[in-house]
Amino acid sequence: MSKLGTRTFTMLQTVTSVGLSALAWAVTGVRPIWNGSQPSDRQRIYFANHASHGDFILLSACLSEKERARTHAVAAADYWGKSRLRRFIAQDMLSSVLIHRQWTDEAQNPISIMLSVLDEGHSLIVFPEGTRNMTDQPLLPFRSGLYNLSMARPDVELIPCWIENMSRVLPKGQFVPVPLLCRVVFGAPIAIAPGEERRAFLDRARETLLALNPRPPAHDAEKWNPVFRKTSCDP
Amino acid sequence: MPMREILILIVGLTAVLITASLVAGILSWRAPKPLPSTLINLNQRINAWWVMVLAITVAFFFGRHGMTILFALISFAALREFVTLTHTRRSDHWVLLGMFGIIIPFQYWLVWTAWYGLFTIFIPVYCFLLMPAITALHGDTERFLERVSAQQWAVMISVYCVSHVPALLTLEVPGFEGRNLLLIAFLIIAVQGSDVLQYIFGKLFGRHLMSPKVSPSKTWEGLIGGLVASSLLGALLSFLTPFSPLQAAGVAFIACLMGFLGGLVASAIKRDQGVKDWGHLIEGHGGMMDRADSLVFAAPVFFHTVRYFWT
Repeated sequence: MSKLGTRTFTMLQTVTSVGLSALAWAVTGVRPIWNGSQPSDRQRIYFANHASHGDFILLSACLSEKERARTHAVAAADYWGKSRLRRFIAQDMLSSVLIHRQWTDEAQNPISIMLSVLDEGHSLIVFPEGTRNMTDQPLLPFRSGLYNLSMARPDVELIPCWIENMSRVLPKGQFVPVPLLCRVVFGAPIAIAPGEERRAFLDRARETLLALNPRPPAHDAEKWNPVFRKTSCDP
Repeated sequence: MPMREILILIVGLTAVLITASLVAGILSWRAPKPLPSTLINLNQRINAWWVMVLAITVAFFFGRHGMTILFALISFAALREFVTLTHTRRSDHWVLLGMFGIIIPFQYWLVWTAWYGLFTIFIPVYCFLLMPAITALHGDTERFLERVSAQQWAVMISVYCVSHVPALLTLEVPGFEGRNLLLIAFLIIAVQGSDVLQYIFGKLFGRHLMSPKVSPSKTWEGLIGGLVASSLLGALLSFLTPFSPLQAAGVAFIACLMGFLGGLVASAIKRDQGVKDWGHLIEGHGGMMDRADSLVFAAPVFFHTVRYFWT
């Protein structure tokens, strides 16, 4: 983590970021739905469901250019640090924050690494499931990072973000995306209630994120969010 | 290029859009603030109409190339919306990629080279048989019939049917050489005009719902008023076509009736899938398919009517 002090975007990162956002729009027509929160200057931790490498590209494509430039995705060092190419993509092109999922050395403590990035005034994108979800479950149980971050920096807003369809656009193991429409639903910020236990908070955060899904996979139209339902056919 | 007719069309369409914008502007000016959502939506819709008319006009001036590319892009947007609504599994990835990467370009290449024989059977014969075969080879049989049927429907509706619009340029109508672009203008104006006219008649006189389970806004009064008015519009536009005014009214009637059925089927699909709109591409309207559903059903029938009786 040599670049901690210099987290402003390089030329390469700016070009990559604009290019990927344009590509994300061309392929998925991605559009943000602000359902409970609004774009703002406040420092934030965006937490989202994770099923595809494209997830964070889609999420950052929904942010304003200014917000995008100070928002960094947290990615696994044991995956993205594996080869020089992956490290180049993750750090030099996408300016991700790499953390170790299994760590022993205190210098590798993921929470301190993320906190140091927050303390420089940056926003983070985290995937609290800890890995790409390949199961039929809509969302895996959350790992503790979200709780620890919020305990340490209660002023930073936690924004739940439901990323729709990305697992269909770019499933695990595929490199060519199928064009499908995607939306990112940004929900109302959540915070740890006074005295709330770790597990209770993590489960509540998970439920909050799940509730944002505009089209739950159950083939049961009645349960879908009514905001997204009423059929219209006017010219 | 038949400049005189194109000029009349541009002046006419601009006049209609200016009238619509003026009416909506006056309504918005007199309405209580903040504006009710129906008026905001009306304004968005009219603004989107300006953009759509402008886009088609630009493509018009690029002739055959412009039209083929424009409708290939419309197919892309429509197919993307359609596939998004259907159930897909990870094993469908390559078939889905083929739909976007092979079927769309190839079908429009067939249009562009005017290869009529293959154009009419490429999707209904070859894609129809090969797509489920590829899916079967992947060995994932869960909800197999549902998946392959939805894929068939998606390419038939969004690629095959839509491609019949630019294919009008390949028809050789005696005495009408070099003017085929006007047939496209005639079809689009009649069908989209019919949508608007049905809506207006429905709002003014609509009492009896036609199919409340499918669509909350389609009424018998709207349908009949809209069809009669758009047949008249068709007769009025006969100067664009090789048809006599009476024939133009008849052809417009058939196209607009098909357009109505297209809207009905599209509504039924949306109802079944539990969504309001196909997508969010066109501000105020929803997705591409929300606007193109009537054209999708009208285009092949219009194409074959002209081909059978006039070539």
